[in-house]
Amino acid sequence: MWIEWNIAVKFLREGRSQTALILVGIAVGVSVIVFITALITGLQANIIERTLGTQAHIKIQAPDEVNRILPTAIGTTQLVLEDKRPQRLRSINNWQQVVETLDQLSQVMAVSPIVSGPAFARRGESLESVALVGIDVARYQKIIPISNDIVAGQFRVGAGDAVIGKLLADDLGLRVGDKLRLDAGLDAYSVVNIAGIFELGVRELDSRYVYLDLKQAQSLLNLPGGVTVIDVTVQEIFTADVVASRIARLTGLKSESWMETNTQLMNALSSQSLSTSMISLFVALSVAFGIASVLSVSVVQRTREIGILRAMGTTQKQMLLVFLIQGALYGLAGSLVGSMAGYALVWAFNNLGPGLFYIPVSSTLVPIAMAIATITGVLSAAIPARRAARLDPVVAIRYV
Amino acid sequence: MSEGKQEVLRLEAIKKSYNVGQATETEVLHGIDMLVAQSDFTALIGPSGSGKSTLLNLIGLLDTPTSGELFLLSKPTREMDDAARTSLRGNTIGFVFQFHHLIQAFTAMENVLMPLMLVHGKPNRESLDRGKELLSEVGLVKFLDKKPNELSGGQQQRVAIARALITRPALLLADEPTGNLDTKTAADVFALFRRFNEKFGCAFLLVTHDPRLSDSCDRTLTLVDGMIVRN
Repeated sequence: MWIEWNIAVKFLREGRSQTALILVGIAVGVSVIVFITALITGLQANIIERTLGTQAHIKIQAPDEVNRILPTAIGTTQLVLEDKRPQRLRSINNWQQVVETLDQLSQVMAVSPIVSGPAFARRGESLESVALVGIDVARYQKIIPISNDIVAGQFRVGAGDAVIGKLLADDLGLRVGDKLRLDAGLDAYSVVNIAGIFELGVRELDSRYVYLDLKQAQSLLNLPGGVTVIDVTVQEIFTADVVASRIARLTGLKSESWMETNTQLMNALSSQSLSTSMISLFVALSVAFGIASVLSVSVVQRTREIGILRAMGTTQKQMLLVFLIQGALYGLAGSLVGSMAGYALVWAFNNLGPGLFYIPVSSTLVPIAMAIATITGVLSAAIPARRAARLDPVVAIRYV
Repeated sequence: MSEGKQEVLRLEAIKKSYNVGQATETEVLHGIDMLVAQSDFTALIGPSGSGKSTLLNLIGLLDTPTSGELFLLSKPTREMDDAARTSLRGNTIGFVFQFHHLIQAFTAMENVLMPLMLVHGKPNRESLDRGKELLSEVGLVKFLDKKPNELSGGQQQRVAIARALITRPALLLADEPTGNLDTKTAADVFALFRRFNEKFGCAFLLVTHDPRLSDSCDRTLTLVDGMIVRN
C-alpha cells in the first residue's frame, strides 16, 4: 500500500488546481448535507419537544362502552337499529393495579393517574367552561413539569387550592389568592382558592385547565376513588406506539400514543425527513459524479505516465489502487473541510440567526458524514480506476 | 555472440498480427528467431514500419505474440497472466525510451527507485544506497531531489538509464535512446551504456536509426518488413 499511497498523494499534489477545485466542490456538498441534516434534526427535536412538553406520550382510558344486545332464539333473525352509546365519564377499573403494573415497565419513565371532566367556572356574572384536572402533584410533574411555567403564585393543589391558566385568569379577572366557584352540574360545586397561575403557551390549556387535588376533583365529578385517564411518558419517544400497544395488550384498556393523537405532526415530520434524505442523496450523487469526472480527466492526462509505471512493473491491481486511493482522499479531505463549514453554518445559525430554535450539535454527524464521503469517493473512483488499470501499456506509452 | 554464455532471451518463430480475425488483419512480424546471451551488446536497426517497436514491445512483455514462443531467462512467457508478466518484467527488464518518460510528480531519486518501490514498498537502506550509487555513476548525484522538469534533456535521459538499471536487470531495452539528444550528449549516453554493460554484465538491445550508434555495437540485427534479414 505504501507505494500506491505515495503515487496517489503525489498525483493529487501535482494536479494542485484540479484538486483544489474538486475539494471545494465536495466541501460545499458535504457542508450542505451536514447543515441541512443538523437543521432538520434540530427543528424536529424542537417541534416534538414543544408538542410533548404539554402532552403525555401515552394516554390510557377506559375502553369505550358498547351496547349489549340480547342473544336471540335459534332460528330467528333480528334486525337491530343501534345508536352508539353515549360515553359517560367513568373510572378506569382497578386503576391502582394498572398504575403499579405500568410503574414496573422498563420503557416507562413516569405514570400519572388523573381524573378529568367538564365544569363551569363562575365568578360574579361571568361563566367559563373549563376542564377540571385532578392530579397527584408529584407524579404529574414528571409528565409535564408545570412548575417551570408558573407565572404567578406557586404550583400547589389540595386543601381547596387550585392552579389555573393565564388566559382563564384574565377572562375572569382573577389573581392569586382570589376565590373561584367551580360548578360540575348535579348540584356539585365547590369554591377554590387560586394558588397559582400557569402559562404553557397552548391556548387550549391556558384558557381551560383548572388543576385540582385528585380527591377534590373526584368528589366534584362524582367519581369517588376513580381516575379517568392515566398519563404515561416513555424513555424513547419514537417507541411510544410500540409501548402503547403493549400496554393495551397488558391491561385491556384504550391506550393511545402521541403519534396516534398527532397524526398530522407525524406526517409532517416524516415528509420532512424524507425531503432531507432526498436532498442529501442528490447532493451526494452530484459530488460522486464530480469526483468521477475529475478522476476520468486525470486518467486521460496521465495516460503516458500510467504506461511508464506499468512498464516499470506496476501491476493492474496497483494501478487500480492508486486511483481508488485518490477518490478516497478526495472524499475524506473534502468532507473534513465540508463538515467544518457545515458546523460554522450551524454556529452562525445558533448565534447570529433568527433564534427561533437551537440546533444541537451532534458528535456522530461528522464521523458519519466523513465515512460516507470517503466510501462515495472510492465508489466514484471505481470506473476511472478500472480504465487506468486496463490501459494497454504499449498504447499508453506512445500517447501524446 | 560467444558460446558458453548464459541465455537471456530466445525468440522462436514469433509472429504478430493486428486486428486478428477482422478483414483488416495484418501480420507485422513474420516469424522471428533470435537469441540474446548475457552481456551481449546488440543493435536492432531497420526502416520505419519494419516492426522494430512491435518486436521491442513483445520482448519487453508489454505485448503478447500471436504465435511462437518467447523465453526470458529460459522461462516461456506466452501463457503468463498480467501479474506474472509484470513481476518478470519488473525483475528482468529495464526500459529506456526515446523520450525520457520520467514521472513528473517524483524527484530524480524517487524515479530511479520506482521499480524497486513498486515491488518492495518503502525503500530500505540498501536500495537507497544503490540508487545513489547509480545516480553518481551517471553524474547526477547532486540532482537527487530535483524534479524532472528542473533537469535538462540529457540529464533526464541519464536519470531514466539509472532507473532502468536499478533492478540489476538481465536485459536492458532501449528504444531510440539518443534520438532526442544532441551528438555530444548522445555519445555520453552511449558511453554510459557501454560502461554498465561491462560493469554489470547486463545484455543491451538498442533500437536505433543512428548508424554511428549501431556501428559501435558488437552485433547488428536488421529488420525489414517483419523479417530479420541480416545478423
